[in-house]
Amino acid sequence: MKMLPTRKSLRIVLSVAALVVLPEMAAAAGGGAALEHFTPERTDRTLQRGAKIFMNYCMSCHSADYHRYSHMARDIGLSDKAVSENLIFTTDKNGERTKIGSLMVNNMSKDYGKEAFGAVPPNLTLIARSRGVDWLYTYMKSFYLDESRPMGANNTVYPQVGMPHVLAGLQGWQKPVYESDGEGHEVLKGFQQVTAGKLSAQEYDSVITDLVSFLDYLGDPNREARHSLGIKVMLFLLIFLVLAILLKKEYWKDVPHS
Amino acid sequence: MSKANNLMSWIDERIPLTATWDKHVGKYYAPKNFNFWYYFGSLALLVLVLQIVTGIFLTMNYKADGELAFKSVEYIMRDVNWGWLIRYMHSTGASLFFVVVYLHMMRGIMYGSYKKPRELLWIFGMLIYLVLMAEAFMGYLLPWGQMSFWGAQVIISLFGAIPLVGDSITLWLRGDYVVADATLNRFFALHVIAMPLVLIGLVFAHIVALHEVGSNNPDGVDIKKVKGADGHPLDGIPFHPYYSVKDLVGVVVFLIVFFAIVFFAPEMGGYFLEHANYIPADPLKTPEHIAPVWYFTPFYAILRAMPDKLAGVIAMFAAIAVLFFLPWLDRNPVRSIRYRSFAYKAILIAFVVAFIVLGYYGMQPVTPVGTWISRLCSLVYFGFFVALFFISKGEKTKPVPERVNY
Repeated sequence: MKMLPTRKSLRIVLSVAALVVLPEMAAAAGGGAALEHFTPERTDRTLQRGAKIFMNYCMSCHSADYHRYSHMARDIGLSDKAVSENLIFTTDKNGERTKIGSLMVNNMSKDYGKEAFGAVPPNLTLIARSRGVDWLYTYMKSFYLDESRPMGANNTVYPQVGMPHVLAGLQGWQKPVYESDGEGHEVLKGFQQVTAGKLSAQEYDSVITDLVSFLDYLGDPNREARHSLGIKVMLFLLIFLVLAILLKKEYWKDVPHS
Repeated sequence: MSKANNLMSWIDERIPLTATWDKHVGKYYAPKNFNFWYYFGSLALLVLVLQIVTGIFLTMNYKADGELAFKSVEYIMRDVNWGWLIRYMHSTGASLFFVVVYLHMMRGIMYGSYKKPRELLWIFGMLIYLVLMAEAFMGYLLPWGQMSFWGAQVIISLFGAIPLVGDSITLWLRGDYVVADATLNRFFALHVIAMPLVLIGLVFAHIVALHEVGSNNPDGVDIKKVKGADGHPLDGIPFHPYYSVKDLVGVVVFLIVFFAIVFFAPEMGGYFLEHANYIPADPLKTPEHIAPVWYFTPFYAILRAMPDKLAGVIAMFAAIAVLFFLPWLDRNPVRSIRYRSFAYKAILIAFVVAFIVLGYYGMQPVTPVGTWISRLCSLVYFGFFVALFFISKGEKTKPVPERVNY
């Protein structure tokens, strides 16, 4: 088969475009606070532990009300009863414990949130999709002691953040260590522990792993169902493709070459 | 057998069913040398149907209301049975519609399919492209995320650059002083009924025009010139079964790509579904970086490349408008790139590179280097049409064969 001129020109087009665009992309990749890479886990145990931290620590201020308790229970391998009794801490407007089929609302009013923290604590259902898991993982490990802030805490990933260090009891307090990069900039080198918390650094990391994995689940609860159906659909389409190609060849046998 | 025949003749006496089938499918003779580039017409039709069908199901659960819209999308994603599949098919379909249409347009340019007698066919196609952009722009507002909101805010405010009446026009378009519930409601109406109706009408006209003059081909040879004893072109074959079975292969390959994205990468790394659009619209908080979805970015880059807002708006619309005049800007009767001069190939490659590079810079935050590269590429983009006008007159072409290469 001879090389089509169009295919050749396509190759030229793509390589020239790449030459112009690639150096810029490399330049764009640098800068900003360095984020730790995080790979979320999707095991029931991780998600159950993550749910426990989320309901105990996050849900007092944040809501996750695009998602339902019952949906979560089903997805992380817990019974409705177990979730009702152990993971629902909010009450409905009648003062009774929130029902399992409800959305994951919290009881803090928007006005109170704004007054207490300067901004309404965001809905966390989709936070893993808007911020990304790397950001969340690094953020949750980057709170530090800062007396100048109203809540006594600041964050290197989100400077001047209104959120207090809710997990300080677990992590303890740390302060950032900076060093000069030789060009007159101070760059973050790491953190130094000031007071100890209930957990070791390693244990705290695994708590954050559970929590961010849970947030990742909240953002994209159907991912596993999507992947497993996707594989079946791909297999079906590949078989269909073979048949379609054979059918085309059979018909096109009649078409004479000139 | 005879009962079926009887039924057919009963119908044919009342409506031209067999005649229509023969004219457009069974005895529509298409050149036998179609290559890769010729799949995208039928694929565009497939995506249009997919968008309409998935759109109907989305409409059943979506709430066009500033308070409820964002939540109703998440309701579709979580609580509606198979809602996530329908929604991802619709969002992926939107992007792939443009992939398919851009490749389809590229084919038309490369093989001179806009030339006599296909000028109207090209113009109908361009109108489809124009309406498709309006359709996509309005659809993107509906999830009511930050990027939906601010993207619409930025694009509508462009009309404010028009002297004297600019502010009145933007107010009229939005129905409010900012993008708001009124805007969302009218965009919903336009997106789900007005634009699709126009789109279907134009697609119908596009196909009628195509079947009237017949399909072009990669050699740009007029197959109707050489006919056999039966009166059909010697290099033509009936669309059905030959191209129906060939297009089926294209459809399956397309569906593999389509569903690979739907099931394994529906966000496409933030290019098909932008990360900032997972934050509900907030009129008080401007996102750090506002960029339209990838299929608009070449034109957005041209807009930003101009030092003046009004000039930018004019340049952006001119970049689309100039494509309408292609049949008359290209004065060379030779259709296919295969038989055209080196100069033509060079400017076409430069044009495509400029378009891709503009698309890249249209997504990026403004930088001085980016702006200068965008200016250069805008110049190349418009320069293509100027150069084409002069090169194509008296261009040295290779001899076009009598029959197609197959």
